[in-house]
Amino acid sequence: MSSKKVAGPEIERLVQLLARLPGLGPRSARKATLALLKRRHDLLEPLSQALATAAARIVECPSCGNLDTVAPCTLCQDPRRDPSLIVVVEEVGDLWALERAGVVSSLYHVLGGHLSPLDGIGPDKLNIAKLIERAGAEPVKEVLLALNTTVEGQSTAHYVTEQLAATGVAVSRLAQGVPVGGELDYLDEGTLAAAIRSRRRV
Amino acid sequence: MEWTDEGIVLSVRAHGETAAVAEILTRNHGRHLGLVHGGRSRKLRPVLQIGNHVDATWKARLSEHLGHVTLELRRGYAASAMDDPLALAGLTSLCALARLLPERDPHPSLYEITLFVLGYLDDSAVWPALYVRWELALLEELGFGLDLGSCAATGSNDQLIYVSPKSGRAVSASAGEPYRDKLLRLPSFLAPGRHNGVERGDVSDGLDLTGRFLDERVFRPRGETLPEPRGRMVELLSRALA
Repeated sequence: MSSKKVAGPEIERLVQLLARLPGLGPRSARKATLALLKRRHDLLEPLSQALATAAARIVECPSCGNLDTVAPCTLCQDPRRDPSLIVVVEEVGDLWALERAGVVSSLYHVLGGHLSPLDGIGPDKLNIAKLIERAGAEPVKEVLLALNTTVEGQSTAHYVTEQLAATGVAVSRLAQGVPVGGELDYLDEGTLAAAIRSRRRV
Repeated sequence: MEWTDEGIVLSVRAHGETAAVAEILTRNHGRHLGLVHGGRSRKLRPVLQIGNHVDATWKARLSEHLGHVTLELRRGYAASAMDDPLALAGLTSLCALARLLPERDPHPSLYEITLFVLGYLDDSAVWPALYVRWELALLEELGFGLDLGSCAATGSNDQLIYVSPKSGRAVSASAGEPYRDKLLRLPSFLAPGRHNGVERGDVSDGLDLTGRFLDERVFRPRGETLPEPRGRMVELLSRALA
């Protein structure tokens, strides 16, 4: 059942577009639209300009696949980063998560998804060829596969590992096990099994 | 409408931001779909990995509806297979092919064999041969079973070492000799009356055999090809067995 239109076509168009964003439904999109219209000068106009600028200037980094306004991206150009390590992630969101955590200062490589035969995503649809090219060049010594611990993520990791074998770089992956703050009683058996397998001496 | 059954997760698709549509091969209700509320949550993601053995409760107002399904993990086969590329390829191939089964049509014997194969995925010396038997059972359930019990030419069950690609029937060594280049090899562990050990090359021969019939009788009529995960599994197996 479609909701009754209560405003002009321009406002309805705005509501419809906002409702397509993650986390927003038609009702919350309507609330966001009202908030934007009420705060035209300090929110709507700056947001509109920011969106226009983003649409015009943001590009995919030709080297790592990150999104930025410059190419190569800021991370690829940063001389303080360790160029001997490339951290491979599925999506830009994963790269942002690692950067937020500030736990690694290396170069990245965004695959753009994972292998998914069900959705018709094969190796040719992912940014794998560029990774092989980068891994084979100096001064890369290690590739860390920071892919999701799902069947698709790990299938992708195994495939990428095979492809990287010819380059001779060391390939590693993230550890699996008990998360910080995790209580054993609440963990699924797969995580527990991975934690036991990956146990280490203290 | 409501039922509770055990099943194996075959595929999961995101639905909206928080839900997922799960496809489950159940023991008594066949391949069944259902909406899982919160299927993309941290709590349910480990459960909703393909190959996992689950308890499922399905509810809908009418039987023809998609319905909602709630799942509880029985055994996480996906997590066990993730470290081993070959086992993971076997698991994904098995789940991809099981999706060929008609929806809501129970196949309890194939279900049992599926669980059996999944249970041995951590033993690479055992599961490939079981997997070949699983594909034979799948062909049988799809209505394209092979007749490997006696020779198509002589009726005997002696020295069956070939399979006719046309009839899907076994052929004995003597009757098949003139046509050996055109016949498929029948692995010894599938032939009646021969010892049941798995010899070198048997698994490859078995996969060639089942792959040929799956391709010609199931996929080609649909205008499709064998699923990519199976190709990857065959490639990894041939490398491992070389």
